[in-house]
Amino acid sequence: MITVNHYLLLSAFLFAIGTFGVLTRKNAIVIFMCIEVMLNSVNLTFIALSRHVGNMDGQIFVFFVMTVAAAEAAVGLALMIAFFRNKDSIDTDDFNMLKW
Amino acid sequence: MEAILFYLTALVAIVSAVFVTQCRNPINSALNLITTFLCLAVFYVMLESPFMAAIQIMVYAGAIMVLIVFVIMLLNLGLAVKTRYTHGLAGGGVLAAIILLLANYFIRAGEATGTGGEITSEVIAKYGHTELIGRAMFVDFLLPFEIASILLLVAIVGAVILSKREV
Repeated sequence: MITVNHYLLLSAFLFAIGTFGVLTRKNAIVIFMCIEVMLNSVNLTFIALSRHVGNMDGQIFVFFVMTVAAAEAAVGLALMIAFFRNKDSIDTDDFNMLKW
Repeated sequence: MEAILFYLTALVAIVSAVFVTQCRNPINSALNLITTFLCLAVFYVMLESPFMAAIQIMVYAGAIMVLIVFVIMLLNLGLAVKTRYTHGLAGGGVLAAIILLLANYFIRAGEATGTGGEITSEVIAKYGHTELIGRAMFVDFLLPFEIASILLLVAIVGAVILSKREV
């Protein structure tokens, strides 16, 4: 029998993997994709707990998380294109123009 | 049967999430990320939320991933692939392990309480998941819905401004 704890553990695993990717990768687009993995693991938590509790609010929240993720994708990728145009690279090690 | 499906899909989801973080080529990462999204859609169906599964596939695996793959192919990253592509492996690994252990500890420390809400399996089978979502969204959450639409508009304008050559 699959309980809500199984889903929570799975999303903890996915969140940890996403954290690892965000902290260790250099390519900004891959970091962005790892953030998407983390967002999705949280969505899984929301839906599992929403079904467990018997309430629709968690699933509405997932809807808004997806909206924010879409807006973030549009703006973040536009930023990366603008950065690549200036620096010819999207390594996070080159993101140092604000450093004094 | 449900347990077998759960464990198989969870295995695929975790392995492809690991490949997202480890693939050298960003395109391979993107394809593995799509696999993870599809596995999560399977979980949403298992949790009796078919509308969420459809949205997951259409918005995430469809729209957002098309955007990401498009940008990867637009930026020609041929040289960047050949150099060193990770940093801080030890620190990142330790921090991720700490997060995993803490989450495991808290999840295993007790049972999730608070069952017995009004949305049961019978209610979902009677009305349909989409109708329940629509009712909740357009009656209880109308103002957040409008705010989300403003957010999307701002994001579109911001993306256009940022990617223009001359503002």
